[in-house]
Amino acid sequence: MSDKTLTRMDLSEAVFRQVGLSRNESATLVESVLQHMSDALATGETVKISSFGTFSVRSKSARVGRNPKTGDEVPISPRRVLTFRPSHLMKERVAAGKKKR
Amino acid sequence: MIRSELIQKIADENPHLTQRHVERIVNTVFEEIIDALAKGERVELRGFGAFSVKARDARIGRNPRTGEAVKVDDKKVPFFKTGKLLRDRLNGK
Repeated sequence: MSDKTLTRMDLSEAVFRQVGLSRNESATLVESVLQHMSDALATGETVKISSFGTFSVRSKSARVGRNPKTGDEVPISPRRVLTFRPSHLMKERVAAGKKKR
Repeated sequence: MIRSELIQKIADENPHLTQRHVERIVNTVFEEIIDALAKGERVELRGFGAFSVKARDARIGRNPRTGEAVKVDDKKVPFFKTGKLLRDRLNGK
């Protein structure tokens, strides 16, 4: 397993290579993709990208948590969390990647 | 929001690019992420979140209908952790 980490830079480099825009504009467009997805999610909208996966916002109700170190009870207020469900294609490609090694 | 709506939004903001170009840009972003994960790499997008690969051990599962025991091989699964900025935005901060 590789411990390499990709960042925005690697994504804009890929856009630069494959689409042929300037490096600068490639970076702006990658940012714009993430921004539009974030904006939709912030309003509670589900973002469904076919053959990639689905991001959905779920509401969690309030509950009493516990500080695992001290055992103190702490109230956890209701909040919204994001879940990502990978597509079949992504699951298959990730599972198959293991075998190539 | 679905992929085509995302493409449309970006196309509207960039009238100098063709629809075809915007499609390739958006598809490249998602394909790059899948390619990296398939190689076992992490993808970290600060403020948005991080994609990584988690290993699941082999286990003995059970067919819920028949109760039969079935071997489940060890496998790699994609995982996403929401970034701090996006998590705060979901909660109106």
